[in-house]
Amino acid sequence: MTKVALQEFLTPPAEMARRRGPQDEIVLSSRVRLARNLEGCPFPGTAKKEQRQKVLGTMLPAVESLKLMQNGFSTAMDALTALDKTILVERHLISREHAARNVGSGLVLNKDESVCVMINEEDHLRMQALLPGFQIKQAWKLIDGVDTELEKSLDYAFSPVFGFLTACPTNLGTAIRVSAMLHLPGLVLSEQIEPIIQSVNKLGLAVRGLYGEGTEALGNIFQVSNQMTLGEAETSIAERLEKVVKQIIEHEENARGTLLERSPKTVYNHIGRAYGVLSNAHSISSKESMNLLSFLRLGLELGHFPGVDRSVVDELFVQTQPAHLQRMHTGRLSGEERDLLRADMLRQQLRNMSRPVMQAPPGQADDSAEKTN
Amino acid sequence: MLCCICQEREATVHLTQIAGEKMQKVDLCEECAKAKGVNDPAAFSLADLLLGLGASQEVEKASGRKEAPCPSCGFTHADFKKTGRFGCPVCYEHFSDGLATLLRSMHKGVRHVGKVPKRFKQLKKALDVSDQLKTLQRKLEKAIHEERFERAAELRDEIKSLTGRTEGVEAP
Ligand SMILES: [Zn+2]
Ligand SMILES: [Zn+2]
Repeated sequence: MTKVALQEFLTPPAEMARRRGPQDEIVLSSRVRLARNLEGCPFPGTAKKEQRQKVLGTMLPAVESLKLMQNGFSTAMDALTALDKTILVERHLISREHAARNVGSGLVLNKDESVCVMINEEDHLRMQALLPGFQIKQAWKLIDGVDTELEKSLDYAFSPVFGFLTACPTNLGTAIRVSAMLHLPGLVLSEQIEPIIQSVNKLGLAVRGLYGEGTEALGNIFQVSNQMTLGEAETSIAERLEKVVKQIIEHEENARGTLLERSPKTVYNHIGRAYGVLSNAHSISSKESMNLLSFLRLGLELGHFPGVDRSVVDELFVQTQPAHLQRMHTGRLSGEERDLLRADMLRQQLRNMSRPVMQAPPGQADDSAEKTN
Repeated sequence: MLCCICQEREATVHLTQIAGEKMQKVDLCEECAKAKGVNDPAAFSLADLLLGLGASQEVEKASGRKEAPCPSCGFTHADFKKTGRFGCPVCYEHFSDGLATLLRSMHKGVRHVGKVPKRFKQLKKALDVSDQLKTLQRKLEKAIHEERFERAAELRDEIKSLTGRTEGVEAP
């Protein structure tokens, strides 16, 4: 285990944004999460403080000693600041529920943050594999390996009939949650997102905006995940989700193609305005910047910003979030102060990015990229 | 304070319900409160909110209406009704009567399919065999009843070979 502060340990957002994965123009990341509990111990929600601490005392060394966790990061939740915890949430490494935990809960991260284990969240163990791009199978293999390794030293609560026993019966059985984070500006712009969500729901999969409230999805980012965990094997759940994601990718690609063909001005307008506001604003909310960054990202994908690497935008998706902004400043920022600083950062980061070129044939975007570099 | 349903948005709707002698506080965000139709705070239970309407009746059935708390953690079916969560692994056994109905309403099946921890692999095999045995036994009785003796003899052989296999494996 590394003995540094969390914020020193975490990969800088710029480096994070350069990590690529298959089909990451649409699939931002793939995640598989497993829930496990120890036999003979009350679930964290019922357990008394001493019982939770005992479980943490068993779990931490077991997880830390995994080969995969060499040079990783391990901590009790009460050793983290509120800011640390929010940063972890913004990086999708822990749940908001876990961020609210203190004494008796813990966290172990591996070196590249692809594996994260939460101890005493709603269940004794919540372990996730998070990979960039469309890598559901790989994420499953990764976390399956961690689970099999841990099983050697931990006695899981398991029933041959009900499978892995979890605090909430909605997670019972495989206790698996497979999810993919998708960037779908084409489906949103062409107003096809609602019917798509509905048909995906009918397949027993949940779709929700990753940021924002209710059905609103900030940044046109959606998360697709399985809901049912009992009565279907892990691999089958993962394959089903994979198939559905493939179809959504196809729909998104078609939507982009059709939009460019039928109403290119709508697309150009969104991209142009996003560029205009993001690179010139002096105050901007996290909500607005998220939505505009989505169109900037789309513009990059479509080849309208020759010579600019997409990681510039992906980094900003992370950096413009409240806790990430706050960490670069001493003294607590108010919402308005954050909006000013967010705009400053955006102008600074985008200062070398030229206006979008709307006539560039998408096929030649790569060539011009090399020349301008 | 976070909404207890989505665990994401700030809770702005705060409800207190009194169940027995206990007071239960529920904090919801506006969205979830609206989505769950919480305008009559006296008439809902958390299990309903978390697991879908009607869940608490299923839970009541699931607990066999027995008032006895879980011998391991002391959880009662009222606790489950309130939180939508069980207290400990033993709860699943204790409240198992009728649990299937609840599970059927939220899952694809009511029996686990998939990964089995190493130390349970033997046990699982035994359980599968005991299931098969029960089915064969039923078929055998039916065959005898219908006086299909040839079929009955076949079934008896099958049963014999299965029971041979379970020897040395402890049934759960
Ligand atoms: Zn809510
Ligand atoms: Zn119990």
